[in-house]
Amino acid sequence: MAIVLEMKGITKQFPGVLANDRISFDVEEGEIHALVGENGSGKSTLMSILYGLYRADAGEIHVRGQRVQINEPRDAINLKIGMVFQHFMLVEPLTVAENIVLGSEIKRGPFLDYDRAVAEVERLSESYGLKIDPRAKIQDLSVGLQQRVEILKALYRGAEILILDEPTAVLTPQEVDDLMEVMHNLRAKGTSIIFITHKIREVLAISDRVTVLRRGKKVGTKATADTNPQDLAEMMVGREVLLQVEKDEAKPGEDVLEVRDLVVKDSRGAYKVNGVSLTVRRGEILGIAGVEGNGQTELVECLAGLIHPESGQVFLGGKDITDWPPLRIKQAGLGYVPEDRHRRGLVLDYSIADNLILGLHTEAPFRKRFGVQDFKAIRDNAGKLVEAFDIRPPYPHQPARKLSGGNQQKVVVAREFDRNPELLICAQPTRGVDIGAIEFIHQQVVAQRDRGAAVLLVSAELDEILSLSDRIAVMYNGKIVAVLPREEADEHKLGFLMLGGRLEDYKAGGGNNVAG
Amino acid sequence: MWDIIKLLVNTTVLAATLRMATPLLFTAVGGIFSERSGVVNIGLEGMMLIGAFTAVAVSYSTGSAWLGVLGALLAGALMGFIHGIASIKYRANQVVSGTAINIFAGGLTVYLQRLIFNMAGVSPAVPRIADVELPLISKIPLIGPVIGKQNPMVYLALLIVVGAHIVIFKTVWGLRLRSVGEHPGAADSVGINVYKTRYVAVTLSGALAGVGGAYLSVAHLSRFVEGMTAGRGFIALAAMIFGKWNPLGALGACLFFGYADALQMRLQEIGIPTQFVQMLPYILTMVALVGLIGRAVAPKASGEPYVKEG
Ligand SMILES: Nc1ncnc2c1ncn2[C@@H]1O[C@H](COP(=O)(O)OP(=O)(O)OP(=O)(O)O)[C@@H](O)[C@H]1O
Ligand SMILES: [Mg+2]
Repeated sequence: MAIVLEMKGITKQFPGVLANDRISFDVEEGEIHALVGENGSGKSTLMSILYGLYRADAGEIHVRGQRVQINEPRDAINLKIGMVFQHFMLVEPLTVAENIVLGSEIKRGPFLDYDRAVAEVERLSESYGLKIDPRAKIQDLSVGLQQRVEILKALYRGAEILILDEPTAVLTPQEVDDLMEVMHNLRAKGTSIIFITHKIREVLAISDRVTVLRRGKKVGTKATADTNPQDLAEMMVGREVLLQVEKDEAKPGEDVLEVRDLVVKDSRGAYKVNGVSLTVRRGEILGIAGVEGNGQTELVECLAGLIHPESGQVFLGGKDITDWPPLRIKQAGLGYVPEDRHRRGLVLDYSIADNLILGLHTEAPFRKRFGVQDFKAIRDNAGKLVEAFDIRPPYPHQPARKLSGGNQQKVVVAREFDRNPELLICAQPTRGVDIGAIEFIHQQVVAQRDRGAAVLLVSAELDEILSLSDRIAVMYNGKIVAVLPREEADEHKLGFLMLGGRLEDYKAGGGNNVAG
Repeated sequence: MWDIIKLLVNTTVLAATLRMATPLLFTAVGGIFSERSGVVNIGLEGMMLIGAFTAVAVSYSTGSAWLGVLGALLAGALMGFIHGIASIKYRANQVVSGTAINIFAGGLTVYLQRLIFNMAGVSPAVPRIADVELPLISKIPLIGPVIGKQNPMVYLALLIVVGAHIVIFKTVWGLRLRSVGEHPGAADSVGINVYKTRYVAVTLSGALAGVGGAYLSVAHLSRFVEGMTAGRGFIALAAMIFGKWNPLGALGACLFFGYADALQMRLQEIGIPTQFVQMLPYILTMVALVGLIGRAVAPKASGEPYVKEG
């Protein structure tokens, strides 16, 4: 098959980090080429160079046999290269259609032909099976739907080489299947796709070839058919990886978190959490499974004090903490890994060191007398955590913005875990995190449990729920529809419940279940 | 009771409201363009002042007040462009740059006024733009006395508000403008030139503030008075926020502030102490702003320089 894209000897140096070190890489027409590697291995950087956001220090790019200069995104768009970013590039107060056509608008004189833009988006969304309301505002959409807008944005620009930077990290299992379907369709139509992911399962399921990067260097390119999970994992991490979590039987103690009849409305008055009651005990992990958008986000944000409930009560260690401000809840023993690290977890322009004390900044040892910060304590803390959680590159004074997505996540996890909370709430804790780090974070979650923390885990990854939880609650439409001991749960059953099935109606292994 | 209402709401006061709102309108719309692109323009006050002076100087030397307005537009645009260079290219703090422009404008106009006209405080009278009477409309009862006989620049200001609304919300350029002010990185990633868009917007904002100043000196009055903008640039900024960065919203806010101004003139006529009455527009401004805190959402990237990476 014809080579549509060739990158040769691409090198990119950031201050203190050689992000890409003479990387060569090619893509064939109509191929899905997986690009994998640990957090910070240089995948996004390489793709940003291809898309004209960064300029390489050395190396060449050839597109359809021609040597090209890509100095800015406009050049890439003209070469029919499209990119879906790991961190979305969407203008929140604008509508879906406006975002999709932005920069390549459908015009009527100087005016935006909004109706035609909407129609065009509808047509695209129909033909690729990416359902979306073109008139909705981005700020009102879930992360999964925003992702969809990003894909449509690239397709609208006629992308023939499509870069997907960790598209599945934010999708529900169902949405991942849909995306795979879309990718299949695109490949059939001759589109070449560069697919970045941390999930080996996805690499094996869909790609034709796979290229592995590690610490800025290319480890190799293989035909997917010639690899296996263990082999890929080792290529990525450079050592053997445990793909399964090891943990002992839980020894649950007294209730730490108790939620009674919680009702939460969103800003538009819709009921998001509709009478949820649950308890999490010391020394156990309660997993909440559910398709994203069924109230998990609001439930967790309400527990963290970020939004106020309509009614109901929340008890932490026996104290009624309903309506307490977030900082006070944290001080009462909450550790919280939010699902959206950019919006809730980090101040991107603060240094890594400062991010590592957010929420602790008012307490000893970081605060001295008269409200002065103890910089030495902050530095020491950062040094300790950067090492313990393997945050790379290990420069605590750098702004968090400069870290790769997975390393940003590690900063949040390090901060929240290190305080040894009574209650640990983890929402999507391994989103966008590489397999080595997932292994590590999972071990840490289990260690927190064994230390005696009550852990509430919310994840869209069934694998994660199944491998970590001691009990599993399924959330659907704002309600907890079932709570199962781990032994009684499997992927099929959870899938069935997550889509609104009733426990009574479930037939184990039956072929007529909604989820398959 | 009825007398009080008649005193507060009558065609004279409402006509004056429109007149007092006009300079605010030009300037507030200018501010909207700038902030929608992500550049905070505190320098509006100074740009107005320079516009007011330029209009008088040009009107004085050419005999045409309209050429004076054109001169004010260009002078304001130049100031806007300078603010753009400082805040876009050199990423200076935008509040500092704007404040510098205000101080600079105060000094420069006083200096030039004395240099050119050789008089302290005020310039000689210059040709001004005469009021016009709209043929049919001025005959309609109630409405006629309010909008039927006004300065052409009053009508121009209303047209600009509607025009700006269309430009910002209906045109392709407006869409790009808003994207640049909200998420410059996203705009950049789809090939929009963030810097150019910001330069155009901030220059336009200066031009409009200049015209707003010209209204004061060659339409409302017919001379330049030192410091004659008297904080109207800031009131326009308040109107912009009050109007949630929408031209039509700003129109409502400007009319409100214009009304406070008009009322102040009226109350002075009936003998309420001037010093107290003169505070009225500003007190109302503060009350309005306090009542609004938290509800106004500025363009997200407003005030933040954009740095292209890599
Ligand atoms: N703008 C920047 N300035 C400085 N360093 C940067 C910048 N962008 C990335 N880096 C560094 O370059 C390296 C490669 O980062 P990159 O984002 O390409 O990793 P990645 O493979 O995409 O990781 P992840 O899987 O976590 O997204 C990292 O060490 C990162 O910290
Ligand atoms: Mg990345």
